[in-house]
Amino acid sequence: MTSQNTQPELLSGGAMLIRALADEGVEYVYGYPGGAVLHIYDAMFQQHQVKHVLVRHEQAATHMADAYARASGKAGVVLVTSGPGATNAVTGIATAYMDSIPMVVICGQVMSHLIGDDAFQETDMLGISRPIVKHNMSVRRPEDIPYLVKKAFYIAQSGRPGPVVLDIPKDMTIPSQKFPYEYPKEIKLRSYNPNAKGHPGQIKKALTTLLAAKKPVLYAGGGVILGQASDELTLLARKLNLPVTNTLMGLGAYPASDPQFIGMLGMHGSYEANQVMHNADVIFAVGARFDDRVTNATKKFCPNATIIHIDIDPASISKTINAHIPIVGLVKPVLQEMLHQLEKNQGELDQDALGQWWQQIQQWREVHGGRYDSSASHLKPQAVIEAVHRHTKGDAYVTSDVGQHQMFAAQYYKFDKPNRWINSGGLGTMGFGLPAAMGVKLHYPDAEVVCVTGEGSIQMNIQELSTCKQYGLNVKIINLNNGYLGMVKQWQDMNYDSRYSSSYMDSLPDFVKLAEAYGHVGIRVTKAEELEPALERAFALKDKLVFLDIHVDPTEHVYPMQIPGGAMNEMFLSKTERT
Amino acid sequence: MRHILSVLLENESGALARVVGLFAQRGYNIDSLTVAATEDPTISRLTLVTRGDDQVIEQITKQLHKLIEVVKLADLSESAHIERELMMVKVKTTAEQREEVKRCADIFRGQIIDITANTYTIQVVGTSDKLEAFIEALSGIQILETVRSGVSGISRGERTLSL
Repeated sequence: MTSQNTQPELLSGGAMLIRALADEGVEYVYGYPGGAVLHIYDAMFQQHQVKHVLVRHEQAATHMADAYARASGKAGVVLVTSGPGATNAVTGIATAYMDSIPMVVICGQVMSHLIGDDAFQETDMLGISRPIVKHNMSVRRPEDIPYLVKKAFYIAQSGRPGPVVLDIPKDMTIPSQKFPYEYPKEIKLRSYNPNAKGHPGQIKKALTTLLAAKKPVLYAGGGVILGQASDELTLLARKLNLPVTNTLMGLGAYPASDPQFIGMLGMHGSYEANQVMHNADVIFAVGARFDDRVTNATKKFCPNATIIHIDIDPASISKTINAHIPIVGLVKPVLQEMLHQLEKNQGELDQDALGQWWQQIQQWREVHGGRYDSSASHLKPQAVIEAVHRHTKGDAYVTSDVGQHQMFAAQYYKFDKPNRWINSGGLGTMGFGLPAAMGVKLHYPDAEVVCVTGEGSIQMNIQELSTCKQYGLNVKIINLNNGYLGMVKQWQDMNYDSRYSSSYMDSLPDFVKLAEAYGHVGIRVTKAEELEPALERAFALKDKLVFLDIHVDPTEHVYPMQIPGGAMNEMFLSKTERT
Repeated sequence: MRHILSVLLENESGALARVVGLFAQRGYNIDSLTVAATEDPTISRLTLVTRGDDQVIEQITKQLHKLIEVVKLADLSESAHIERELMMVKVKTTAEQREEVKRCADIFRGQIIDITANTYTIQVVGTSDKLEAFIEALSGIQILETVRSGVSGISRGERTLSL
């Protein structure tokens, strides 16, 4: 460490990089070594502040870092080598980008003088990653490393967060070339000023509109979780007596067990949430982006609604749906200002109208109510999620992969807290769930971490069971095994006369033996009555990773489901019913 | 609608690629693009001509703003502005055509900047429309090649795009 009395310490580029990470408060780096990053790995070896987690495939490193960021709010850090190391990280970078997750990805690069020569393991990572990063940078001089690391974290974590790639040619980290090390305290960029608080006039207008609303709805997205504004959101919703719907990315932003919560909205949203949206006179969108899995056909979207939209990213406002009252700002200070103004200006809510609105909502709640056929002899995936919710007292970190199991988890695990539901919403990355669970478990070893997955998704990163063994990452894997790529099959059932083109998972491994081969515990559940004892045993094994291979009804579909090309409230409610 | 966007950009490697990449990724058009350093060598100024309805142009400007290296930008076509483009045209000229080409260049306030026994190279500066009109006026003359700089633009009056 340096002090004012001493000269700055002399460090190599590699050592500066690691020291900068330590000064940034980074505890873990997830990665995989290779030629271009050997100097950096050697510098890592010679200190103990920053610990390295060796994954089995670079994609898993990115998902671990990503999930850590989703759970903690701080940027996750990835270290990979040039060429294939970097390209293997691409899916994970894109996953983080689509969901605005702060992440710093350090990629090795070939020696500066070889760049452009098609050298061994050379790839233009700046070029490849450009469309899927918030920013990327290359190190040109070793002495710039501390500044560039600070800049990477600053950009990744501020404003609308996102991944930042730092490309480091090998000759920037040569051990014998040392430079004075000083880590900048803060960074200012003339071209980047991310801290918008929202225009007070617009905020006032929004509040007036909400107070006058007869059929309002609060539509809260991942921005509330990223912006750590759940408390403010909850308080405001209660004061204004607003029904609240969360997006897939926003689950937990408002407590699911609260009576004002009307469920998730969108393609597989609840009947009541989609009806409320469609019939609303004021939609108060907070940190959400009106994406296509929410709006259904934009031309038919919520025809009578005045739209208030808070977002830190102006490009998200009026992108797909025009906002009548746009507010560009960080969600937290904007909501705080709204609460403040609400206290000063005692506007009256239209209690009569709201009473009628809630009556209507109650009727809608009774139409579908998240029902599924629980009498069937086959174990239902929804019942499994409900049982997992019970066994974890609704307090687990739940990660998921992508497909039917993801939607069942989103619908039936009632999230009461933010940062607990960790899934790839924007990119829809199969293979995300297991490494995500690992990233969370590493940082929250005492928390229950559950990965809800399917036999398709889990095989996309199943090699990480080995990493779990090495680091004692005792997550619980709930493999909803229906022998099909369930969501693909559902669409083939609905749109292709059940022609199951390549959606059947033939030749599945024996997952129990596979888990055991990696040194874990495997439990198979094939009958409904086996579920409870299996979960009992799994969650009692605190110091074991347990792989629950649960055979569920292969014919089950996810409902409700919006009818493509329709309005928000046009839905299939079961295989035989539609609105 | 045609719009002229003026962008002040950090003069760093990769910054231009980011701007061009944005247009490619999101399916926006680029009619022309010019870029060079300003009087402050750390800043480049980029002028880009694009087309789209109001919503598209709004998205383009917002997305450009999001790029970390974009310092400032303006849609010049929103207010009074001056635009210029430079074109060099090399034409094949027979002895009897030379006078006509010269006259045509004079009418368009062009200059003949290079001559060989068989060719004239003419420089014309003006709006894109004027340059196109000049090409049309050369009908009957064999054009060997044309080079256009792309549009540069600046606001009229006191208004500036600067740091």
